[in-house]
Amino acid sequence: MIEIEGVTRIEGGRPIVDRVTFSVAAGQFCALVGSSGAGKSTTLKMINRMVAKSAGTIRIGGADVSTLDPQSLRRRIGYVIQSIGLFPHWTVAENIATVPRLLGWDKARIRARVDELIDLVRLDRDHAGRYPHLLSGGQQQRVGVARALAADPDLLLMDEPFGALDPITREALADELALIHHRTGKTILFVTHDLDMALRLADRIAIMDGGRLIQFAPPIEILEAPANAFVRDLVGRSALGLKLLAIRRVGDRVRPGLAAAGEPLASSASLADALSEMVVRRTDRLPVADSGGAILLSDIVA
Amino acid sequence: MTPRANAVLLMLIAVGALAVGTTGFVTHAPNRLVTGISIPLWRAAEPQAGAIAAMGATLLATAFLPARGWAARLALIAASALMLLSLDAAGAAARTLALGAPEAARTLLGPAFWILLLCAALSILDALQRLEARAAARLGVVTGLAALVAALIFTGRLDQISLAREFAGRRDAFVSEFVRHCALVAGTLGPALLIGVPLGLLAARRPRSRAPLYAVLNGVQTVPSIALFGLLVGPLAALASAVPFFAAVGVHGVGPAPALIALVLYALLPVARNTEAGLRQVDPAAVEAAFAMGMSHSQVFWQVELPLGLPVFLAGVRVVTVQTIGLVAVAALVGAGGLGTFVFQGIGQYAVDLVLIGAVPTILLALAADFLLSILIERLGR
Repeated sequence: MIEIEGVTRIEGGRPIVDRVTFSVAAGQFCALVGSSGAGKSTTLKMINRMVAKSAGTIRIGGADVSTLDPQSLRRRIGYVIQSIGLFPHWTVAENIATVPRLLGWDKARIRARVDELIDLVRLDRDHAGRYPHLLSGGQQQRVGVARALAADPDLLLMDEPFGALDPITREALADELALIHHRTGKTILFVTHDLDMALRLADRIAIMDGGRLIQFAPPIEILEAPANAFVRDLVGRSALGLKLLAIRRVGDRVRPGLAAAGEPLASSASLADALSEMVVRRTDRLPVADSGGAILLSDIVA
Repeated sequence: MTPRANAVLLMLIAVGALAVGTTGFVTHAPNRLVTGISIPLWRAAEPQAGAIAAMGATLLATAFLPARGWAARLALIAASALMLLSLDAAGAAARTLALGAPEAARTLLGPAFWILLLCAALSILDALQRLEARAAARLGVVTGLAALVAALIFTGRLDQISLAREFAGRRDAFVSEFVRHCALVAGTLGPALLIGVPLGLLAARRPRSRAPLYAVLNGVQTVPSIALFGLLVGPLAALASAVPFFAAVGVHGVGPAPALIALVLYALLPVARNTEAGLRQVDPAAVEAAFAMGMSHSQVFWQVELPLGLPVFLAGVRVVTVQTIGLVAVAALVGAGGLGTFVFQGIGQYAVDLVLIGAVPTILLALAADFLLSILIERLGR
């Protein structure tokens, strides 16, 4: 879906992004993680050409973005930013309709699409006619996500989208983003400095530092085999086990044929969920739904 | 629970009462050159004086009532009545004094009249503010009052006041100078916007242009208006005699040419500043999002920056309009015409009423422009 090859951005004689290469398959959720100044936002903005690159190639679906017209390119790519950037003089519905309107959709189609998106991001349809300043921060960012998805882009770029929200709202929106990703199958590039958020949401994590790509791997590999001291530091030794449990799935540890009593766990639940349930129910085994088996406490740590 | 008294209203009533008690309401003079004798309100127009006292008392009572709702409505009505009664009292006094007096005798408006009128106007504004009246309501109240004042004038009830008699002899001149005044204002605002808006855009887009641009525009502002008018007379006269084309299109050392040039120069700073400020206070995140959604530069400008910057820009237009209406009066000095003509004639002849014929409409014009633009801005701001 996206291939980034040797991409470099030089500002004031210094590379901000330095020969970054990675690719993200269609439907994948890729998180760009690093501290501020690592070059992750710049990398993201070079994809929709909000920032010009100094060298390298970026291809989306095989097409080199530098050969495409930036405006039509951007209309095909959803974009969500930390500061949200809703248009304060437009209603929620008008904000969501921005790109469809630019693309010249007819009114009925736009209206239907806006309703669909309001439902998808779980806003109230009563909000459609309101102005953004009447909404909470979390609701505003839901509108931001809906606006980015309006013209049904295959690719969604998100630059610290939940960074300005309070922790509870952030968690809720992260859960819903996972759900939206699952339901729509969009390819998502997600910039964050929060590794836990990345571990939870992403199938691929790109760790950047000082403009360089340090490691590009699935979450489990980042935890189990950090590429260098920087990544090891980022992961942190404390609670590493819990982080691993949060990533591994119950489905991979089921013992078929084993019976257990009680409400079954979903096989997509994490081992952390399973452990938590065992503690709550004071048991060492739990049935797993649709597997004809159960999971044991000893399998969690195995 | 006793609500707190309305201090603004109490102050206005006190000032009004003090003025009526200690100064003359009208002045009667045997002719327009000598100083007349001043006559207090209660002797100038007895029936109206009683009504004015009653309205003052009503207004006083409302000051102690809860600030919102019907008390403010009552205050609005009482203050409006006070304004109309003051005008009517002056008109009645002038009519009474004119009976049996020689043709040259004049009844001039005294300090008590002006202060009472001002206090009534401010009380009306205070009541509107307390009612948190919306634009449409404010427009309604002001239009209604203007219609009632017009009715007083057109029924001839104010005809014997010196100001009205002075005006009656100059009706045609007044109309033409008034039109000229408006034309000069329009002739200033048009070029000022055409030049000032691009300068403001430049300042917003190119930060480096700001320092030199504002140095020049601020420099112009520091030159006193009379001096600037005067300074332009010489060069323009030279230009007109050297290049016949300029003389042919009406550019001369005196007249509208130096006035318009100076007025446009004065107007540029507020226009450019507010254009820039309007654009710069637009949320950069909204602009970034607009570009990222795939808007072109012109779409971002027309759909995002312009509507979001418009209220601040119009606030600048409001300042410039009011400023220009006032400055055009001064431009009469270089022969540009306009209402200032009467002011300078009046100063020359030591005729206060003639000054007022120029000054009062200028003030009313400025207030009307300010009021209408504020309503426009309020409507856009929602």
